[in-house]
Amino acid sequence: MDMKVSKKKLGLKEKYQHMTRGLGWETTYQSMDEVFPYAKYEGIKIHDWDKWEDPFRLTMDAYWKYQAEKERKLYAIIDAYAQNNGHLSVTDARYINAIKLFLNGISPLEYMAHRGFAHAGRQFPGVGPRVACLMQSLDEIRHAQTQIHSLSNYNKYYNGFHEYRHMLERVWYLSVPRSFFDDAYTAGPFEFMVAIGFSFEYVLTNLLFVPFVSGAAYNGDMGTMTFGFSAQSDEARHMTLGLEVIKFILEQDPDNLPIVQQWIDKWTWRGYRVLTLVGMMMDYMLPKRIMSWKEAWEVYFEENGGALFKDLARYGIRPPKWLDQIEQDKDHISHQAWATFYNYAAACNFHTWIPTDDELDWLSQKYPNSFDKYYRPRLEHWREEAKKGNRFYNKTLPMLCQTCQIPMIFTEPGDPTQICYREVDYKDNKYHFCSDGCKEIFEHEPEKYIQAWLPVHQIYQGNCFNEGVDPTAEGFDPLAAVLDYYHLNFGRDNLDFDGSEDQKNFEAWRGMATKNT
Amino acid sequence: MSKVFIALQTNDDTRSIIQAILADNPHAIANEQPAMVKIDAEGALVVRRSTIEELIGRDFDLQELHINLISLTGHVDETDDELTLSWNT
Repeated sequence: MDMKVSKKKLGLKEKYQHMTRGLGWETTYQSMDEVFPYAKYEGIKIHDWDKWEDPFRLTMDAYWKYQAEKERKLYAIIDAYAQNNGHLSVTDARYINAIKLFLNGISPLEYMAHRGFAHAGRQFPGVGPRVACLMQSLDEIRHAQTQIHSLSNYNKYYNGFHEYRHMLERVWYLSVPRSFFDDAYTAGPFEFMVAIGFSFEYVLTNLLFVPFVSGAAYNGDMGTMTFGFSAQSDEARHMTLGLEVIKFILEQDPDNLPIVQQWIDKWTWRGYRVLTLVGMMMDYMLPKRIMSWKEAWEVYFEENGGALFKDLARYGIRPPKWLDQIEQDKDHISHQAWATFYNYAAACNFHTWIPTDDELDWLSQKYPNSFDKYYRPRLEHWREEAKKGNRFYNKTLPMLCQTCQIPMIFTEPGDPTQICYREVDYKDNKYHFCSDGCKEIFEHEPEKYIQAWLPVHQIYQGNCFNEGVDPTAEGFDPLAAVLDYYHLNFGRDNLDFDGSEDQKNFEAWRGMATKNT
Repeated sequence: MSKVFIALQTNDDTRSIIQAILADNPHAIANEQPAMVKIDAEGALVVRRSTIEELIGRDFDLQELHINLISLTGHVDETDDELTLSWNT
């Protein structure tokens, strides 16, 4: 055959073009609208799907090649970490509680992201975004699995890891990250992409996977460092995709702008609320600290996000709403969250504690405007009480925000001594909110948020006890019954770090690792 | 002018890559943090294949960056020869 063979290999752009385009077709047996039922109802208008461009131009052959190499590196480190009792080389056993939060609260979201991208990819009529969603969907299920593998090593030695899947759908604080993702993947495909691909990946995941994971490395946790950086290297692609989604949608039709702006406002606020947990992990749960939550926020949100929104201004996009409140909050939210978990340590599957003196000093230095004035005296008071044998455990269930599901712990913008409450009357019921942001998000889609499964309401309605439990029986202990329902072992998984089984075991095992006793 | 950044894991593979990036972008600043290096640059940053190849003495495919990449920002423009990060403002 005298077929002409080009001598030069295909360039990256041509290869991407050949491998991702021309693969779809207009359906005829059924209308395109019926095959892609969710493509139009959100109001987004797309005129030319071929305008979609994936900046990394990744095709499946390259995807497998590089991901396989990353995975081999990761599993080599996980093996070495397990073989060398790496868990005993972390700075101290308090650190492991940050990892409990990670596995229980964050890793399941990776799985939800996998489902969400698979769904969005199926619903987009264009081939470009379909390929991009496919790869991201694969990334996310890999992240879920590598995190489970990395963390299962800790489950052999420490408490609180044992039933993360069961707990995800039940434990009060886990409804915060879970409902965030449920909200995203019950939205339409375009909103999902703006929610997760743009607002979460681009604006917020750096805060989790860069400074926190660098902090894990600093605290001797090689396993977490490796899966974290490995995941974030995929996030670099996801962020690029998220930015591409926004540009693509906005360039397609001017009518798309107000819809996208509303989603950016909503999802930046929703994601920001979820990240409260990460703020607390950075400021309180890493024994050796690299940067404060506030500093990380300034680098990765204010500087980086600021550059992003300045760039997007040419499309008419303005920075997300409620930024003035977010700006003030960075001095407060990590402390407010830690105080809450300290209060509710009896109902948690991880331990809390009062920071040591040098840690308190570090917080004072990092938060000169807020820590000494509002938070340090309270922590010192609790420490004094604990010394007298009165470790404070709050037994009153908190009121939750209907939108973000976080207890009402946040303070009024401008007054850190006043808890912020907002409420809305809707169809004979009163709904409560932690902020103007959460209130406005509710008001935009009340029928969605009135269906929220709020853990505290569910406990009061009697839906969080095991079958056969009689709440009217004499001597009924509601906390014990709820912990049974959570599969949480009282005295092992919960309460203060001081005196915990984790603390004792770590001390004993570390001693065995360094001495011949 | 807005800043872009690229963050890479600290290891033997990235030592030459970081060196190449800093050589090609005199305005860039490297910040070393535990287990990672974050390179910040005003406006734009270019990762050039040929510079990396000179330093490592073998062919280099820019997509190999993914193996040790942690994060980046800015618009990405990738060709066979260069990966450019930039903001439009």
